[in-house]
Order: sequence, then structure tokens, then C-alpha cells
Amino acid sequence: MIEAVHNSMGIPILSIVTFLPLLGALVLLFIKNNSAARWIALVFTVVDFLIAIPIVLSFDSTTHNMQFVEHYNWIPSWNITYFMGIDGISVLFIFLSSLLGWICVLASWRSIEHKVKEFMMALLVMQTAMIGVFCALDFFLFYLFWEAMLIPMYLIIGVWGGKNRIYAAIKFFLYTLAGSVLMLIGIIALYFAGGQTFDILELMKQNYPFAFQFWVFLAFFIAFAIKVPMFPFHTWLPDAHVEAPTAGSIILAGVLLKMGTYGLIRFNLTLFEEAARYFTPLVLVMSVIGIIYGGYLALAQSDIKKLIAYSSISHMGFVTLGLFVYNSAGIEGAIMQMLNHGITTGALFLCIGLIYERTHTRELADYGGLAKAVPIYTTFFTIFILSSMAIPGTNSFIGELLILTGAFGYSKVAGTFSIIGALLGAVYLLSMYKKVALGEINHKGHIHEARDVNGRELVAMVALAIFVFWIGVNAAPFMELMHPSVNNLLEQLNNAGAIVANVK
Amino acid sequence: MNFDISNVIFSMPEIIVLAGACLLLMFDLILPKGQKHVIAYLSLAVVIIAGIETWFLSDNIAHIFDRMFMFDGYSVFFKFVFYLGTILSILLSINYMKIEGGNYGEYYVLILFALSGMMIMASGTDLLSIYVGLELMALSIYILTGFTQHYGRSNEAAMKYIILGAFSSGVLLYGMSLIYGLTGTTQLSDLALALKGQEGMDMSLVLAIIFLVAGFGFKVAAVPFHMWAPDVYEGAPTSITAFMSVGPKAAAFAAILRVFLEALGPVAGSWETILALVAVLTMATGSIFALVQTNIKRMLAYSSIAHAGYALLGVVAGGRDGISSVMLYMLTYTLMNMGIFGTIILLRKGDFRGENIHDYTGLSKSNKLAALLMLIFLFSLAGIPPTAGFVGKFYIFMALVGKGLIPLAVIAVIFSAVSAYFYIRLVMLMYMKEPTHKFDLATTPASGIAIAIAVIGTLIIGILPSWFIEMAQRAAFPV
Repeated sequence: MIEAVHNSMGIPILSIVTFLPLLGALVLLFIKNNSAARWIALVFTVVDFLIAIPIVLSFDSTTHNMQFVEHYNWIPSWNITYFMGIDGISVLFIFLSSLLGWICVLASWRSIEHKVKEFMMALLVMQTAMIGVFCALDFFLFYLFWEAMLIPMYLIIGVWGGKNRIYAAIKFFLYTLAGSVLMLIGIIALYFAGGQTFDILELMKQNYPFAFQFWVFLAFFIAFAIKVPMFPFHTWLPDAHVEAPTAGSIILAGVLLKMGTYGLIRFNLTLFEEAARYFTPLVLVMSVIGIIYGGYLALAQSDIKKLIAYSSISHMGFVTLGLFVYNSAGIEGAIMQMLNHGITTGALFLCIGLIYERTHTRELADYGGLAKAVPIYTTFFTIFILSSMAIPGTNSFIGELLILTGAFGYSKVAGTFSIIGALLGAVYLLSMYKKVALGEINHKGHIHEARDVNGRELVAMVALAIFVFWIGVNAAPFMELMHPSVNNLLEQLNNAGAIVANVK
Repeated sequence: MNFDISNVIFSMPEIIVLAGACLLLMFDLILPKGQKHVIAYLSLAVVIIAGIETWFLSDNIAHIFDRMFMFDGYSVFFKFVFYLGTILSILLSINYMKIEGGNYGEYYVLILFALSGMMIMASGTDLLSIYVGLELMALSIYILTGFTQHYGRSNEAAMKYIILGAFSSGVLLYGMSLIYGLTGTTQLSDLALALKGQEGMDMSLVLAIIFLVAGFGFKVAAVPFHMWAPDVYEGAPTSITAFMSVGPKAAAFAAILRVFLEALGPVAGSWETILALVAVLTMATGSIFALVQTNIKRMLAYSSIAHAGYALLGVVAGGRDGISSVMLYMLTYTLMNMGIFGTIILLRKGDFRGENIHDYTGLSKSNKLAALLMLIFLFSLAGIPPTAGFVGKFYIFMALVGKGLIPLAVIAVIFSAVSAYFYIRLVMLMYMKEPTHKFDLATTPASGIAIAIAVIGTLIIGILPSWFIEMAQRAAFPV
């Protein structure tokens, strides 16, 4: 059972970290000047990050209970409360969202030139919604944050995106909306089945009949599978990524996709244990197809951004695989990998954005010899590529290794197939790297004219690189945070497993 | 019928509106031609006085006029929705009708007559009083639709509306007379008593119900009785389109709830399926046909058809939650729809009509505030949180799932996802395209106030809906 413990801080720290960016957006309403807008957005996101650090540091990693809890009445007639709290899983994503927040502002410093203020407002609103999703312990509140993300993201892609942005924005919007409205029905059904409450912890304590679990699991699963995105719900992702501005891509890859897998852990695995067991083979097949198919598609791309977008599908396949193998290696690996993918892929999109600002092309054929032209940039690019390949010493190695260990522990077939995916990853990343960074300078892409990174860009890349190595060398502090929560989750899942076995 | 002073006391709001309208009609004669806006402000005052009077009476429950008229929390809730819709319409009309060249005193007087009709409908507890209210409302609106008489489309719309409207009134009356023939009464609670314990399907009753569904369905533009809506919405002066998309619709739902859930409640089995089918068809037609519209008023007509479908689902769900969900929905719909029409009215200036959706291309470039307001209203209409539209839909879905009508809820959310497309397409045009012409907005303090009320209401109900939900729940009549 997960209980809510008192807020050890004494101040509503989660509300502060959630709504500070929104406050920033409101402040921006009154700003006219572009450069002032940039600075204000930066200040608010950096302060938000600085607030997130003590949350992580003072987090009690000995318990799986919810911490820093805030609980107030909100809509008593529907039994809806304002209920915030985090456990060892969500704390990592609050940290990740607030880290990527200011990196996004830095990444958009020069690349966004028109409607700067509006762009920064959208980013800040987005950040409030994202952190809110990870903090919410009331379904209504959760859904509110979940849907509120759609509006700023739709605008970020549609207003500041590339050539085909409108198509991509509408596709993103409708795809995710279609998934989440079904989840809404699932939430309302849970409300009535669980004794008229939206309290997530309360709903977790109850057992639901299998037939009920079956349908509500599906309603939630489709919403999250679209967000992850899992094969075959992935078609919106490449369009959205390619058209989105750099900051949009960083948010998409870094945080938005994680919301899908976070939802799977938080709701599908904890609320509907028996249905989860039932659907496991399907989820594993979808994951493995995603891993391999995403890798193959990445291999065939000639646009760097699209390549990384498809690689995300493959990487997120690993995450969903790890979640559904029911051992601590798999689940902890999956959560680590969510964090890692956020950092690494976010960093790769940042790199692509930076070089695109200089060359205005993303075609592989236009590239070559970056290492000679922009050595500092290429150093970081190399680090992130290696991290994405899960080379030992980088963050992704830990996650992927754990997932593969877990997968082999559960099903040798799934493990074997996902190894193929990991190999494919090395192939498409290395061949891309060779075309882009090595060889002679390609004059077609005006690479010889490109300047190397400046201080602002360096800060963003160094920050991400620190985490690549930190997690790669010493993942223990991060793992410790999630241990109790994952163990508790596993305990419940194994109980349910026993029940399912008995029924059979 | 013995005359009782309470008859006067508890129908005072209606009396105020009607007497005020008559006085203004005479006052209009002595007003010089350029001063007609005075009538607008006076009619606002009439509505506000009626509102204050309603507020003072609101703790009472009275069944008056030989049980034909009920003053209760339910009617009070709806009356406030009507006052809100009327006040916003009048505020938006003043400048707009000047531009359209139809600024006559009668315009506001007719709005007041329509308002009193709607109020009688909300209070009516007898098929006859409901019918009288409905006709008073409908006749006023027929005239208002054709008010810009120099403009062909407006005349055509009024003509279509009056012919089809008269026909549907006939159908409704036919249904009512069949009911009277079957039960010997037209009083709603007597009807419920007479129908109680009626076993099996009585074909003549089903026939009567079909006529009632058709008659009321026409008023809320439910499919397949919706054909008039796009033409009338398009042709009518925009301020009247705004008014009739909220007021009469809410009034018709006030009557539908009473007639179906109170009087016909005992025979729910014989109308639930019909109404559910109509609701699904209404949502589907509204959402799908709106996708291809290029005239914004036609698009909003189909959107309003789709919204009627959601509200009908609330009626199908029934019970206390069903009733209060429809009530809340009407309130939220009034706010957001008045808001969106309000911003459309702002664009009407000089020769520029601002009715094609492409007229909104690039609005955010030159008028950030107008574009932002429209964005909020559009997302609210699409039902995206944190807006009132989401709360309204959420309550309907809750009522449905609570009654175990999950398939209907699933159909409803799917169409709400479909309908999101045409709302966000407009957002796309405003925000993501370059402007093709210069925008010149006809902003006045009055229209500014109206839109401010609408946007504040939309956001407050979206974020802190508690008070409004409780109000609707308290006001719902017992079933």
C-alpha cells in the first residue's frame, strides 16, 4: 500500500515548483522587449531548477510512500481534491523536466526570432503542465495537467515549426487527444468502481473485477501507448519531431514521451495488476517490434532529425519492454532508461538544432567533416551519440543493460530480439556519425562557414554531458531514490501474479 | 381558479420583463432616431432589475397559476442563464446593429419578449404554459432573425425559420394533444402519476413521444430536425445568432428536462432509446459537417448542433446528476458561445463581414488579445481543460458512466475528439498563417465588457467549478 506522508518541508514545495513557470508566463504577458522576455524565461526556469534540487536532496529514499504531500479540497461535490505528492519514481522526472526547462530556453535563444515572448510563454506553461502531471495524485488534477500540455505544444509546433508544421501540429493534437479522451472515460469508470473518488492512492488500494480491469486497462493503455509512442501508434512522432523547433523536440523527446511510460507504471501496472499480466505478451510483442522496426526506419533516414526521432521509438521500446518483465532489473532499468533517454535524446536534438541554426540543412548528404570545422561541438555530439549507443561509462549503458538482464530473466525470446535492436542502434548511429562528423568538410552544407559553439550553447551541452557521465559512472544515487517504490510495485505485481495463476 | 397574490409575487420577474418591454416600446416612439441606444441601456436595466427580483425570491418554492407555473431553484438557475445570455447579447448588439444599420428600439424590446418567453418555459409545469412560453420566444426570434431587412440572406433565414418553426410547433402541439388524449391532463406531475405503472409499450404513447421529440428537437436543432440551423445562423444578424444559440437552446432544454424526466419519467423505457439515438446522430452530424464549413457562422451552427447532442445525452442519463449536468452545460455553453460570437462581432466593421474562416488568417499578428480570447473560447468549445467547456462535458460523461451508459460516453468522447479538429483549425489560421489583410476591430466598451464577462466565466468555471456545480446540483428538481 502506498500512503501519503506529511510534507517534511513545511512549505508547499511541489506547488511552487509546478506553478513557478506559470507565474513566469504571466509576468511575460506584460513584457514587450524580446531580449527581456528571454531573460525572464531563463530566470524563471533556472530558479525552478534550483527549487527542484532540494526536493531531490531532501527526498527520503527509505520509503515508497508519497512525500511532500499537499492535500486541499477543490471540488467537493465530485470529491475532487488538490492532491500533490511524489514518490521515488516521479521525483526523477520532476528533476528531469526542470533541468530540460532552462536548457530549452537556452536552445531557443537565437533560433526563435519572431514572437519570442509568446514562445517563452508557451514553454513556461508547458513546463507547469509537465511537472504537474508527475506530481498529481488526483485523477482529475492529473487529467487537467495532461490535457493542458496539448495547447502549448500544439502552438510550439504549429507556430514556430518547420515547413510542414501545420500538418504535424494538427496530427499531434488529434492523435494525443483521441487517446486521452478514452482515458477520461476510464478515469470516470474508476471513480464509480472505486467508491466515488478520484484519489489515486485510494483507488490503488482496491481490487477490481477482471472484466473491469480489462477494459479500463485498455483505455489507459491506448492513451499512454500513443504518447510513448509504441508501435503501431508511433506515426505522429516523426512528423512532430521534424517540424518542431529545437526546444519543442527537446521537450517532446525529453519529457513528453516519458509521460506515456510514467502513466504505464503509475496506473496500468498498479491499478490493474491482473489485466497487466494478461496483456503482457501483447505489450512485449509491441515493444520488441518497436525496438527493431524503429531501428530499421532510423537506418533508412536521410534527415538527421528524423533519424533521431525514429531512434526514440526504438529506445522507448526498450523502456516498455523493461516495464512489463516483472523483475526489479527490468523495471528499474526502464525507469533509468526513461531518465537517460530524456537526457541523451534531448541533448541530441539540442545538437541538431544548434548545427541547423548554422547550416540550415538537416540532410545527411549535406554534411561531412564537422570534426574539422567545429571541434568543440563535435566532441559533445560524439559524447551524446556514444551515450545513445549505450557505450559503457555512459548513462544509457546502465539502463539498457538492466533492461536486457530483466528481459532475459522473463523471456529469452524477447531478450534475444531486443539485442538485435541494440545492435541496430549502433549501426544507424555510427553510420550517421561517420557521414556527419568524419571525412572531408562538405561545402554543400556551408559547414566551413559554421562557427563553433558559444558560451550559452556550451553551458547547455556541458550540463547534459555531466549527467551522461555521472549516471554512467555512478548510477547508485539515482537508483536508490527509486528502489523502495519499485520494490513495492513488484510486491503488488507478484501478488497479482499469484492470483492470476490461481485463477488459471 | 381563485386569484392568489402569490401568483403575482412569484411571477414578478416575468412581469418585470414584460412590462418593461411594453414601456420601452412606447418610450421608443418619443425617442429621436439617433438615440436608440438608450433603449439598449434601459433594456439592460430591465434585465438587471428582473435579476435582482429573482435573486430576492430565490429561496422560495411556489407552485402557482393552478400549478401551471413553478418558481423553484431549477427555474431560477435557468433564469440566471437567460439573463446572462440576454445581457451579453445586448452589450454586443449596440455597436453591431449600428454598423448593420438596424439600430431600432424594437430590436431590444423583442429580445426582452423572447427573454420572458424563455423564462416562462423554464418555469412551466404544464404542457400548455411551456407551449405559450415557447411560442412567445420563437415569434420574437423569427422577427429578430430578419431584422436586417435590407440584407437578402437575413430575410431568407427568417422566412425559412418561421415556416419550419411553425410546422414544428404544430408537431409539438399534436404530440401534446395526444398525451392529453391518453391521460386527460397536461400538468406535468399529474401526467407522471397517470403514466405510472403503465406496463408495456403503448403505441399511441410512443407516437406522442416521437412528436414531442420532433417538436423539441427542432428547437434545440437536434438531428434530423436541424436543417434550419445553418441557414438561420448564417443569415441572422450575428448578435441574434449569438443570442439564439444560447438562450432558446437553454430554454428548450429546461423544458425538455421537465417534460421528459418529470412527466414522462415513469415511461422512460419508451423514449430513452429514441433520445439516445437522436443524441448520437446529433453529435455525429454536428461534428462531421462542421469539418467542411468555411463560413464561421455555419461552422458554429454545426458546432452548436453537436453541443446539443452532448446535452441530450445528459437528458438520457437522467437522475439528479443528469439534470444538473445539463444545467451546468447550458451555463458553460452560454459563456463560451457568447464569447466566440462576441469576438466575431468585433471583426464586423465597415464593409468587412469577417464571416469566412479565412478572414481570421493571421489575426494573432495584429490583435494578440482578440486572438488569445478566441483561442480560449475555441479550446473551451473543444472541451480542453482548464476551461468551462471541459467541466461541462466532464459532468455529462460522469452522469452517463454513473448510469452505466459507457458505450454512449465512449461515442461522445470520440466525437468530441473529431470536433476538436475544426476548432483548432481556426486557431491554426489565427496563429500559424501570415495575415492577408489588415484587421480593424470594432471594439467598444460595451462589447469589451461582454467578452470580459465571457472569458472570466469560462476560466473560472474551468478552474474553480465547485460553486457552480453545487448550485446546479441544489437547483435540480427532484426525480
